[in-house]
Amino acid sequence: MKQVIHRKLSNSTLCLGLIILLAFTTTLSAQEGDSAKGKSLFNANCAACHTLDKKMTGPALRHVEQRLADDEGLDREWVYAWVKNSAGLIKSGDAYANKIFNEYSGAAMTAFPQLSNEDIDNILAYTAEEKKVVPPPPGPTPGDNASNATGGISNEIILGALAILFILLAAGLYLVNKTLRRFASAQGIEVEEDSKRTPLWKAFVKNQFLMLVTAIFFLLASAYFVFGYFMQIGIDQGYQPVQEIHFSHKIHAGDNDIDCKYCHSAARSSKTSGIPSLNVCMNCHKSIYEYNGETTPEYTKEFYDGEIQKLYAAAGWNDADQKYTGESSPVKWTRIHNLPDFVYFNHSQHVTVGGQECQTCHGPVEEMEIMYQHAPLTMGWCIECHRTTNIKVEDNAYYAKIHEELTKKYGVEKLTVAMQGGLECGKCHY
Amino acid sequence: MSSNKKYWKSVEELNENSSIVETLKQNEFVNEIPTDEFLGDKETLEETSTTRRDFLKYVGFSTAAASLAACEGPVKKAIPYVVQPTEIIPGVANYYATTIADGFDFASVLVKTREGRPIKIENNALAATNGDANARVNASVLGLYDSLRVQGPRKGEESISWDEFNADTTKTLESLKGSGKDIVLLTQTFASPSTSKLITEFKEKYGNVRHVVYDAVSESTALDAFQTKYGERGLANYDFSKAMTIVSVGADFLGDWQGGGFDSGYAKGRIPTNGKMSRHIQFESNMSLSGANADKRVPLTPSEQKTALAKLYSLITGVSVATKELPSHVADAISKAASQLKKAGSNGVVITGINDVNAQTVALEINEALNSKAFNPKVPIKTRQGNDKAVAKLVADMNAGTVGAIIMSGVNPVYSLPNASEFVEGLKNVDLSVTFSLKADETSSLTNYIAAAPHYLESWGDVELKKGHYALTQPTIRPLFDTKQFQEALLKWTGNDVSYHDYIKEAWGTTILGESSFNKALHDGVYVGTIDTETEDTTESTETEETVTPSGNAANTLASSVNSGSGLELTLYTKIGMGDGQQANNPWLQEFPDPLTRATWDNYLTISKADADALGLTNTHVADGALNGSYANITVNGITVKAPVMIQPGQAKGSVGLAFGYGKTLGLKEEMQTGVNAYALYDGFNTVQNVTVEAASGEHEFASVQLHNTLMGRGDIIKETTLEIFNTRDRKVWNAVPTVSLNHEPVPVTSPEVDLWDEFDRSIGHHFNLSVDLNACTGCGACVIACHAENNVPVVGKTEVRRSRDMHWLRIDRYYSSEESFEGDNDKKDNISGLGSSLSEFGEMENASVNPQVAFQPVMCQHCNHAPCETVCPVAATSHGRQGQNHMAYNRCVGTRYCANNCPYKVRRFNWFLYNGNDEFDYYMNDDLGRMVLNPDVVVRSRGVMEKCSMCIQMTQKTILDAKRDGREIKDGEFQTACSAACSSGAMIFGDINDTHSKVAKLKEDNRMYHLLESVGTKPNVQYQTKVRNTTEE
Repeated sequence: MKQVIHRKLSNSTLCLGLIILLAFTTTLSAQEGDSAKGKSLFNANCAACHTLDKKMTGPALRHVEQRLADDEGLDREWVYAWVKNSAGLIKSGDAYANKIFNEYSGAAMTAFPQLSNEDIDNILAYTAEEKKVVPPPPGPTPGDNASNATGGISNEIILGALAILFILLAAGLYLVNKTLRRFASAQGIEVEEDSKRTPLWKAFVKNQFLMLVTAIFFLLASAYFVFGYFMQIGIDQGYQPVQEIHFSHKIHAGDNDIDCKYCHSAARSSKTSGIPSLNVCMNCHKSIYEYNGETTPEYTKEFYDGEIQKLYAAAGWNDADQKYTGESSPVKWTRIHNLPDFVYFNHSQHVTVGGQECQTCHGPVEEMEIMYQHAPLTMGWCIECHRTTNIKVEDNAYYAKIHEELTKKYGVEKLTVAMQGGLECGKCHY
Repeated sequence: MSSNKKYWKSVEELNENSSIVETLKQNEFVNEIPTDEFLGDKETLEETSTTRRDFLKYVGFSTAAASLAACEGPVKKAIPYVVQPTEIIPGVANYYATTIADGFDFASVLVKTREGRPIKIENNALAATNGDANARVNASVLGLYDSLRVQGPRKGEESISWDEFNADTTKTLESLKGSGKDIVLLTQTFASPSTSKLITEFKEKYGNVRHVVYDAVSESTALDAFQTKYGERGLANYDFSKAMTIVSVGADFLGDWQGGGFDSGYAKGRIPTNGKMSRHIQFESNMSLSGANADKRVPLTPSEQKTALAKLYSLITGVSVATKELPSHVADAISKAASQLKKAGSNGVVITGINDVNAQTVALEINEALNSKAFNPKVPIKTRQGNDKAVAKLVADMNAGTVGAIIMSGVNPVYSLPNASEFVEGLKNVDLSVTFSLKADETSSLTNYIAAAPHYLESWGDVELKKGHYALTQPTIRPLFDTKQFQEALLKWTGNDVSYHDYIKEAWGTTILGESSFNKALHDGVYVGTIDTETEDTTESTETEETVTPSGNAANTLASSVNSGSGLELTLYTKIGMGDGQQANNPWLQEFPDPLTRATWDNYLTISKADADALGLTNTHVADGALNGSYANITVNGITVKAPVMIQPGQAKGSVGLAFGYGKTLGLKEEMQTGVNAYALYDGFNTVQNVTVEAASGEHEFASVQLHNTLMGRGDIIKETTLEIFNTRDRKVWNAVPTVSLNHEPVPVTSPEVDLWDEFDRSIGHHFNLSVDLNACTGCGACVIACHAENNVPVVGKTEVRRSRDMHWLRIDRYYSSEESFEGDNDKKDNISGLGSSLSEFGEMENASVNPQVAFQPVMCQHCNHAPCETVCPVAATSHGRQGQNHMAYNRCVGTRYCANNCPYKVRRFNWFLYNGNDEFDYYMNDDLGRMVLNPDVVVRSRGVMEKCSMCIQMTQKTILDAKRDGREIKDGEFQTACSAACSSGAMIFGDINDTHSKVAKLKEDNRMYHLLESVGTKPNVQYQTKVRNTTEE
């Protein structure tokens, strides 16, 4: 445990050092501007097309001011002019403006007249920050392994020792018995053999009543287990297949809080929730090319970045050129929730009309690193919910009349799905 | 204990030294048992080291392994789009308006697509004037997924690319330019303005081009008559909703007469409103749909029809025409019809199906004389343009060697020409022959190139259905195969690089649309023009024009042309389920029961009972009830066709009938190669032929879904009355509710005190009812096919249908009267008393009358509120919903079939086999292509379960869900079933009776309303409207 603390300490020292270093560099460049404000401005205005370290729709912007000054001899005024009206600058015949415009195949940069010079200063301050050195992933250290191992093994040792003890004891008793018998025979004492007593199991077998009870017990028990076995056939609760691309619902729906229906948009209007097509993924992943969130030993940054590369390969996206190659290969996902053909289930009925949360049936998806089937998806499970859930009738003209009449008929305040006929066979089976 | 008895095995044992007895002792079985044959290859059997015990071990192990493996669910993959098209939401259907124009069927339709697959054809409500989808159009979606389609261009047997095809054909066409030989385009009727324009451009480029339009079933005489009279090649348009007196002489206008599509207008006039309905008199020889619906039907031979029409003409116009004598009852009927027509004046209309220019002219003249409101020559129908003479000339020219190239599209002359062998001979003299075809059929397999054509659901196109009424065809799916349209090839040959879509758009923009938007027209599928357009007539008119027959002369010529030849007169006709035979590989249509004969998978010679008896032809029922018929040889001008015989009540004595569209041999599965090819008898494109019929050997097995033809006087199944009684008498007289005796008092069976069950409370929410108006129903069967498509109803095949295992959820029962009328049947039954009389007279009533009344009755699950099926189900698989639907949970059903036995309506169907996974049923559910037509919202039923009409609960539930999602109430007309949506005649009305303003709620209170077998007390949610016949004779 000491080592762990030590490592954390070293980490924080490293961070501290970094901060000092950064502060130092900022002062070094001797330019006014608040890099924290700059960061938020950058994320709000620039991040759609630029990142600090990677060429995207537009060039990478780290140390852009420095680069411009060193390579092109352009000053901050040029930057102001470019940001506020790049098209104007190009038109004016500015050499570098035209060069960069052509380099990015004529994609004009959006004009930002709303940014003040001060804002641009802040952004430039942010771009002038040194690249953070990402601390190496907390890989398992030998010490960790050892301490873990002792914890794991100790129980086994105790059990092993106990087992040995018992064996020794049994052997000891046997030897004692044997020795005593030898003594007895040597002394001529006859050891009385208890021949008359029938062994317990024979007595048991002979007792018909006991046999009957036991047989019944065993039959019932096996029937119970066989029944249980048969009843779970076809129920895949907890089914958690490995997918072609490791898609983490935890990162998307949990950490980043993306609405389920952003990707599964068909759930609003269709019977299926729809597996998002790759163009939906690319809406965000065009600019999100790497993973910067929390990692674990199993799921490292490299692992996640690799998965994003798999997405690019499938969608046919060339990240270096920022272009679609046109060579796409659809992803073969493994279906997790499989209803039999004879069941009709409609997502929009539950999601849009009923206002149910996706989590009601799909469980804590936002915590699932790997998606699994949360609910048993049996008919009993459906029926149970239909019996207890109230219909969402508010502001729905369809229900106005029927709700009034049915509540009167049943003498209740609120109607359950069952009261409106939600248990009828033909509502789901046709 | 041993017995001394000697058991004798044969008389041979009397002979002591018989060698046979000796041999038998040695060898127990006289013949060697074919074990090798049974076990397979003897050599491998001897080589193998597997012993019997091992074999049993393997069997046991694999069974155990299989059952263990079955406990694991299969891993299912789901593959989303890479880029999802914006208009597609998985699980939500898209609809596209398009137009079918296959040369025989023309209709504006809506196509329902799911995830980009067309799965159903529906009526386009915006195109009500253009004729609605009939059974064939409804079934046409299955043609898209036909596994036998040509999948790419071919040169002979060898597959080539389109580039090669274009290069080769263009080279040959160029070389023919100055050769003096003709380039002939032999096509179906396109009625397409843009195609006409393209052909004109093609003509300009190559010069020596002829365009011959060929309709397999020709309306050439009617076109000639119309052209002569009105100067335009078209067919007069009729709106039968405006007619109060309809007289048809041999025209099956509820069938395919002059392109069909008249039934919705007709049905409107048939529903009695304000005490009035139209009167329909039919003179015909074959029993047709129109005759079956007529108030008065007069059977007469085709030659008598001509005389009758001429006489009708003279009676109406007053011009004297010398006619032959007609039988007195026909003459009487004609004079009565004439007086009724005169009385009706402009409310009358006369039509004829006689295949004769003069007859057609006479009909036009009568309508002009009547000043008929229903008759409209100003907006002629353009969907038939074939020219018999041009086709005949083409065949002659081909044989003379003056045709250099023939390019065919949408036609199959080798199958459908009467002189097909001459055409085949002529084809050998042609340098280049190309067929644009969906199939390697009789014609395309003989041509140099098969240009794989797309199905209409994959094509662009435009149609001028009537003058000034346009429709657009748009693709609803990407082409499944490497196909190109005829028009695309024309564009290539004329050196035009635009796509056909752009070409249409441009053509429409300049000539048709004016200021209107093309996208709007495409969205609607139809466009009714305001500007008068002059489409160029690209068809070749023959040089020898007929002399114009002046008025009055036509009738005289017609009357004098009647020559009563010896023998029988054959009338060739098309069945509503098969048409001209283009869709012969469509299992839905093959299994579609003919509305009249109720036979599936066949065509046959229809003959009257009297003629059949005279010729020794019989129809018999075999032990299991199925129908067998004798064969007959039918000879026309030395060509003989052997066809089975179906004795048809109502067939005029001296006449026989045979349907087109069967007997195809190429481009269709073996199961679909049914019937005989009637085109062989279509001599001179005349549907009427003098034939000799004689009995032939053998017995034909029919697959008929209705084996009992008469009602036996049970008037409570089809309630009928006359217009007079309907107007003047109380409901109790003609539509009484049956009563039961309670405390010796008659109590209506509908009253609660005689009910075994407590009534459910259905007053809250929806309560669905389906109303079927027996007056409006023409029996066309579009609903049967729509139900097939919507509900994944399997096709079972001929042998299974013969075993009465047909699966149709919706059937249209057809009943004949055994007396002159159903009324007569009822009286006869009521007057039967005593054993002797009942034995003989009930026996008589099993036979239909010579000229019976006919009634159609669509029967589907009646969704009884007190359903007998529900109470007997041991596993509660069928139960009642409070919305009135009788539910069927297939996964719960164990297949006891108690419910089917307890159903008084016999509407439940049992899955004897796994039709979707059994090679024995290779129709469409057994290949991946055919399965694409399945409706994903309805379960494909498995073997061993009962199924039946669900009242399209998937559709009603969807309507409810849509309303819930939008947060609105549901308007009347939103609830539909597949059958009610497909019914263009308005006979089927579906809706919610708890909505008191709905149509169906009003119909429930209508005086005509009754329930099927009401006396049983099942309280069905399907109601019928009493059939009213207009029997007014003056």
